[in-house]
Amino acid sequence: MSRMRVDHELCTLCGECVAACPFDGVKMGDGAIEFTDSCRLCRLCIKACPTNAIWLEKSEAGGDLDRSKYKDVLIFAEQRQGVVQPVTYELIGKGLELAGKLGEEVTVFLAGHDIMPQAKKLLEYGVSKVYLYDHKELEHFRIEPYTALMVELVREVDPNIILMGATSVGRSLAPRVAARLRTGLTADCTLLSVKDNGDLVQTRPAFGGNVMAQIITPRHRPQMATVRYKVMPAATKAANPTGEVVFRKIDKNLLKSGIEIVEFRPHQVASSITDAEIIIAAGRGIGKPEGLELLGELASLLGGVVGVTRPLVEQGWASYTQQVGMSGRTVRPKLYIGCGISGAIQHVAGMRGADVIFAINSDPNAPIFDVAHYGLVGDMYEIVPRLIDALQKGEKAGAVFQAG
Amino acid sequence: MHFIVCIKQVPEGTEVEIDEEKGVLKREGVESKLNVYDAYALEAAVSLKEQYGGTVTVISMGPPQAAAIIHEAYMLGADDGYLLSDRKFAGADTLATSYTLAEAIRRLPKADIIFCGMQTTDGDTAQVGPGIAELLDLPHASYVTKIYDITDDAILVDTDMGDGIETLKISLPCLLTVTKEVNQPRLPSFRLKLATRDREVTMWDSQALVGANASYFGLDGSPTQVERIFPPPRGQEREIWEGTAAELAEKLNAKLKELKYV
Repeated sequence: MSRMRVDHELCTLCGECVAACPFDGVKMGDGAIEFTDSCRLCRLCIKACPTNAIWLEKSEAGGDLDRSKYKDVLIFAEQRQGVVQPVTYELIGKGLELAGKLGEEVTVFLAGHDIMPQAKKLLEYGVSKVYLYDHKELEHFRIEPYTALMVELVREVDPNIILMGATSVGRSLAPRVAARLRTGLTADCTLLSVKDNGDLVQTRPAFGGNVMAQIITPRHRPQMATVRYKVMPAATKAANPTGEVVFRKIDKNLLKSGIEIVEFRPHQVASSITDAEIIIAAGRGIGKPEGLELLGELASLLGGVVGVTRPLVEQGWASYTQQVGMSGRTVRPKLYIGCGISGAIQHVAGMRGADVIFAINSDPNAPIFDVAHYGLVGDMYEIVPRLIDALQKGEKAGAVFQAG
Repeated sequence: MHFIVCIKQVPEGTEVEIDEEKGVLKREGVESKLNVYDAYALEAAVSLKEQYGGTVTVISMGPPQAAAIIHEAYMLGADDGYLLSDRKFAGADTLATSYTLAEAIRRLPKADIIFCGMQTTDGDTAQVGPGIAELLDLPHASYVTKIYDITDDAILVDTDMGDGIETLKISLPCLLTVTKEVNQPRLPSFRLKLATRDREVTMWDSQALVGANASYFGLDGSPTQVERIFPPPRGQEREIWEGTAAELAEKLNAKLKELKYV
């Protein structure tokens, strides 16, 4: 069993470790530092100790890993209703970068029914193999067969790394595959890189995004990670794709499932504010309800939705379902643009997890500017219409470009 | 029927901050409350118990003070509770946590349905529920938004697949992870608070899981390792822009393009 150890000769009883521990895992005992049952072995106390008196004693479990046995990056291609989901192409892009550094290749697992065209499309992006499982029973995702087939493939081809989208399907499938393989899985990675020895360095937010954690899987293969949609740039088509589709025989025993899909009802496009990736938020500073129409126009141009602060709901200008904040919804969009929002703590608590925050406010001392990554000091009624104008022009230019 | 609910004690809020000078977490992370999604998982189990009869068992892994959330679960309708607490369990990643919980569940009366919250608010991984289902060889559904009924040894549920809602008929026994849409948790009952005041929490250490592979517990049983933690880079990117409305609009448009939102 691994445990924290203290060199009592070196320890000066300064208490820095006690102060550093977020879990009450270390306390000042009777003339000596003591670790309690709350210790999570997180090693923050090691960092905090000025005399290097604390260390983690690890029990040596398992033998050395033979890294040379494992190679290539295997991507789980998620298809919904027969269409490979866009996150897959982003994973391929990242996979090609990682594999390139290691002199390895990118392969793809694809399961579905009558989806050869999708398999061929995947090849265009420069993957070396698409392992295709084509069967009526695989038309829609069901957890047991997908897990069984993925594990069967992994055991045969021994990939170094497996990447999946952090979607409903990926977040359901990846932990089962990892548990069956008894290997490490890191959720929602925002950065991925590789060391020369093939170790995958996985960075993800922790504690609601207030902390970033860098995670490795040093003694197990494959190394598994999930990545959210739109976190990584998508792959571009390869100049000379040379990959092949590998038809996989399907063992009928692996298709068994205790789950029957009774019905599927697609979501309406207008989704809730909690799920929105882009939120244009309005605060009391917009002054009049017409401001919401203006921001609605901006939201639809950017593919987002409009959120509001509590005062606007109390005024009756907006519905409670749009309210962002402690008494409303907590949101974590990729993009948040706050207009006329002062930045009251009750609102900030609900949106500070956004990836990128813009704020427009005419008061340069508004507290929202302490939270925003980009603060624009100005009147939103003058800035937003100009932005809408520019976006519309850009859209037209894009349309002409595509047509040409 | 027997319903098991996996619950976790998590820090109050997510106001954990890094002390920039020392590179360590500030103390606000002290654990203190029931993971919010677990309240929905518990409510799902308790309301099924009320409908179909049976018992609800809650189980958690954590330090001894996590017994507080088991008492809280008693006030919300749970019948008995187990806390897995041992230094050997410390430092567990999602796989070691799934393994420890699965081994404990094996040693309880056979469950018909195991419930978990869709994720915890401190780890945010959503991995432990599916991990337990795998280790117990049960079918599972994540992100359950609605529970209809139990018929013919199967449960009918809606799950959020991201692009839509799937209605699934899942054979029992099974594991479900639930979202906040699934129900409206009741408030703790004063009557139950009084009635359960002296109800014990069964404490299980690694000895209670005799027969399990002890090298799969805690830090030793965790394939993933945290190499380091650091503050998110966003603080350094804080910029204040001033200028005319036209300049600001243009700059905003350019930045949105650069960040690929346009």
